[in-house]
Amino acid sequence: MKLRTGTLIAALLSSTGFASMAAAQTEVSMWYHGAGNRGEAETLDRIVTDFNASQGDWNVVVESFPQDSYNDSVVAAALAGDLPCIIDVDGPVMPNWAWSGYLQPLPFGEDRVSEFLPGTKGVWNGEFYSIGLWDAAVAVFARQSDLDEWGVRTPTLDEPWTREEFMGALDAAKASGKYEYAFDPGMAWTGEWYPYAFSPLLQSFGGDIVDRETYMSAEGVLNGEAALDFGEWWQSLFSEGYAPGTSQDPADRDSGFNEGKYAFQWNGNWAAAATLEAVEDVVFLPAPDFGNGGVIGAASWQFGISSTCEHPEGAAAWIEFALQDEYLAAFSTTTGLIPATAGAAAITDTYSDGGPLEVFFSLSEEQALVRPISPGYVVAAKVFEKALADIANGADVQDTLDAAVDEIEADIQANQGYGHEG
Amino acid sequence: MAAVSSDNRGLRLAIRYLVLCLVALVFLFPLVFMLVSSLKPDAQLLRDTGSLRAFLPVGDISLDNYRDAFARAPIGRFVLNSIIVTVITVTLSLIFCSLAAFSFVFLQWWGRAALLAVVVSTLIIPFETIAIPLLLIVSKLPWVGFEGYEVGWLNTYRVQIIPWIADALTIFLFVQYFKDLPRELIEAARVEGASWGQIYWRIVIPLSGPVIATGAILKTLKMYNEQYLWPLITVQSEAYRPVMVGLGYFFQLNIAWGEVMAYLSLITVPVIVFYLILQRAFIASIASTGVKG
Amino acid sequence: MTSKLTTSNRAGWSFVLPGFGLIAIFIILPFFFAFYLSLTDQRLVSPNPTKWVGLENYRDLLDVRIITLAPERDDTGAIVRNESGAIEYPRVRTVTRNPETPQYRGMREWFSWQFGDNLKVVIARDVVFMRALVNTFLFVLFVAPIQAGLALCLALLINQRLRGINAFRAIYFMPVVISIVVVSLLWRFIYDGNDGLLNEILSWLTFGAWEPIDWLGRTDTALPSIMAMSIWQAVGFHMVIWLAGLQTISPTLYEAAKIEGASKWQTFRYITWPGLRNTAILILIVITMQAFAVFAQIDVMTNGGPLDSTQTLVFQTVERGYGKQDISGGSTISVILFVIVLSISLIQSWLTREKR
Repeated sequence: MKLRTGTLIAALLSSTGFASMAAAQTEVSMWYHGAGNRGEAETLDRIVTDFNASQGDWNVVVESFPQDSYNDSVVAAALAGDLPCIIDVDGPVMPNWAWSGYLQPLPFGEDRVSEFLPGTKGVWNGEFYSIGLWDAAVAVFARQSDLDEWGVRTPTLDEPWTREEFMGALDAAKASGKYEYAFDPGMAWTGEWYPYAFSPLLQSFGGDIVDRETYMSAEGVLNGEAALDFGEWWQSLFSEGYAPGTSQDPADRDSGFNEGKYAFQWNGNWAAAATLEAVEDVVFLPAPDFGNGGVIGAASWQFGISSTCEHPEGAAAWIEFALQDEYLAAFSTTTGLIPATAGAAAITDTYSDGGPLEVFFSLSEEQALVRPISPGYVVAAKVFEKALADIANGADVQDTLDAAVDEIEADIQANQGYGHEG
Repeated sequence: MAAVSSDNRGLRLAIRYLVLCLVALVFLFPLVFMLVSSLKPDAQLLRDTGSLRAFLPVGDISLDNYRDAFARAPIGRFVLNSIIVTVITVTLSLIFCSLAAFSFVFLQWWGRAALLAVVVSTLIIPFETIAIPLLLIVSKLPWVGFEGYEVGWLNTYRVQIIPWIADALTIFLFVQYFKDLPRELIEAARVEGASWGQIYWRIVIPLSGPVIATGAILKTLKMYNEQYLWPLITVQSEAYRPVMVGLGYFFQLNIAWGEVMAYLSLITVPVIVFYLILQRAFIASIASTGVKG
Repeated sequence: MTSKLTTSNRAGWSFVLPGFGLIAIFIILPFFFAFYLSLTDQRLVSPNPTKWVGLENYRDLLDVRIITLAPERDDTGAIVRNESGAIEYPRVRTVTRNPETPQYRGMREWFSWQFGDNLKVVIARDVVFMRALVNTFLFVLFVAPIQAGLALCLALLINQRLRGINAFRAIYFMPVVISIVVVSLLWRFIYDGNDGLLNEILSWLTFGAWEPIDWLGRTDTALPSIMAMSIWQAVGFHMVIWLAGLQTISPTLYEAAKIEGASKWQTFRYITWPGLRNTAILILIVITMQAFAVFAQIDVMTNGGPLDSTQTLVFQTVERGYGKQDISGGSTISVILFVIVLSISLIQSWLTREKR
């Protein structure tokens, strides 16, 4: 990372410099959430530079934002009527922005991206709004030597751990006394990590954040039998000392597994590269099956076109240009994320056949389930996050889930059903 | 007798310094932690946090974090933006607020008490609660500048400056200070036929060194250190981003704490320099006041 | 006081107008806008038209009722008790989720107490808001007086004429120079439950007898920890204001006191304190209002948790308005906060009025 500094300054400078050079081209503005992320900025700039040089009509100009506050910036700009042409949008947030009228459907059809991973396609209300160049996947990080030592079976995609096997593995880790905690779910990463990483566990138990049949209620889904079972299990992770709670130090989250503080870790593929370097015999295991199959979350950042964009054809031209395997592979190489197509995966070192992260590509294909596709997801996700934090801190499971259901329903009503009824 | 009392004095002086030093330690340690940490690689930084090593520049010390921080974000730009916004706002604020306070304290006019109450009550309104309405207002406000007439203040310096010029705290600070100034001076000047402008500029302002310095310090901190939410929602262009928004560049999924500390150290330097300069002026102004009899 | 010499409507208004005009446009006007929003169902993000809902948002926040739960009885009519002898009651959800009592739907237990054999349960429509309200008051109650007092002590401490005192002045002010967001980040390391600095120091002072505490992770220590940090951070701010007040007291008064042989305490009581009257009013009001507005510390350090033990009103305003896109709900909280603080400051100003 650190060796690329020089080229990076050049790349950052060039992103502003090129704007003035091509006066004959029509300017197409674009916002991206990667400010401060050197690798991503470099790759994005490469695509933009290539695109601007490849044709004479459009000149794409990028403005980058820090990821933490990107959504707030977009919502504020939308309120003030100041959106750019191309915006990138987090997959589960897309329906909210589309429903609110920030986005217009992409001018090209879904068949254009038929070979892309399902989680990369943003479809809501029958319209195709956004497309991602990559997806992310979550896995259980473990050490092969530990599994062998404790006589724990190595799970496979076809036969993931059952709940008993998973808890057995945690017990073995706890009994070994080698680690501060047996399992690190990542409680320090507040925000979207909670619904992204933990709602699939609830789904594996048989519950969900909202009722996906109607999207009008969460009653019985988020506070029913399955959810209650999940909640009790979730609470036991913390009350019985398997996992560090909400006050976990973010630095421990970032490096705790690699430094040998935790035996198992629930983490994303973006962290896998660093772990491969630090932990020689790391293995990435599929999500355990708690009764309804192993599930992980899907959908990462995607590109869409704003409704106020005056040149949607220019915006679409850039997005189509970026969909080339070469660029998908480039993004994957710098960010560690899963390239959206098998063709792109084949030309990366990490995701190609026999590559160290190849397993994530199949995880994404086999276990991934997108988060609820509803404009109400944004609020429901926050409610879910708070409920899980409260349960981890010892709140009564049934009461907490009931309250979450009430709050989600009140929000759906206040938004007149988010358009689901009509 | 004499020897005893001087011994006593020496001891008391030593105790005084001891107390001062102990209190100083309590206030200094995070700053030291920040500076020292900015020199360490991440792994060591995190290992050291639990011991006294956190305050000692030991181990693998280098300026790498600073180099990497500069590569990650246009730090110079952010600092410059913040300084521009802060300097202009603070200057105008001191003028506008002291004028208002002058009128509240020394002049009699219809509606004075009610208006002062309204101003003070705006102290209660936390900015977070009016940010969205304010955003909707400034996005529609007109402006006449060098490029002629335009509508909307987004992506400018002015949107970061003008709404912050007048604030109840600064007005209130001046009001309470002015109340302590001798009224006879003002009335005598009126008898001699001085205009209100002359009284403000020739009599009151020269006596206001400590409060001007205090107001300048407090307002500077507010403008430099606390401008996050507002620029976040009104400024999309990197060219106008201030330092606190720039902090977001360093909070990626895996936080590079060393770089965070380096960035924090860098952006804190201008404020400390400013405070040290102002403190000198502050002390100098005190020597010439002694206003209350 | 009124005299012809100081009466001037024209000059008075024209001096005030620049400052007041800006406050009117950029603070008062948006606040009225927020007040209007609190009477509607406005969302931050929505294609739906805005509807006027009157006081519904206020009801949703403030609705509190008391219900009575009768003990569980077995077939013989005897009261059911658990192993430790405590009476067993039906769950509150048997009332709040009962189709026969729709008026309680959506409400949650806030707190309860035993009354005879029955259990009295206070249920609120918005328990989080209620907890935020209580926490905010606790925060103000502890932080305002301690911070003001400590700041005065510090100001007196560095108002001495000593060699090198300027260096101390600068040092005491340091925490204020660093932004509260940054300070909160640094203190997260200090409060860490496993290998945090505070636990290490306490363990060192007690020769290892100290059991590490997860300061921000426990409901009973999280809010006090944030209070302590807040006092530490802002005490320099108020020290500077006290210092400016101290400078207005004429040195001749102190010299006179010295000649008359006044003790340190007498000097403070009869010269310093009366001279600080206007400063004290300023500080009291400013500290109270700043304490009511506590937000950044919470946002960075605890997000309101664990179990709502650090929820505050402004944090909830932001959480709802931006996080949950409920701008009318957020605005409602800010209006309620305004009314509360205004009442308090009216009482304060009545208590500190000049007695004639």
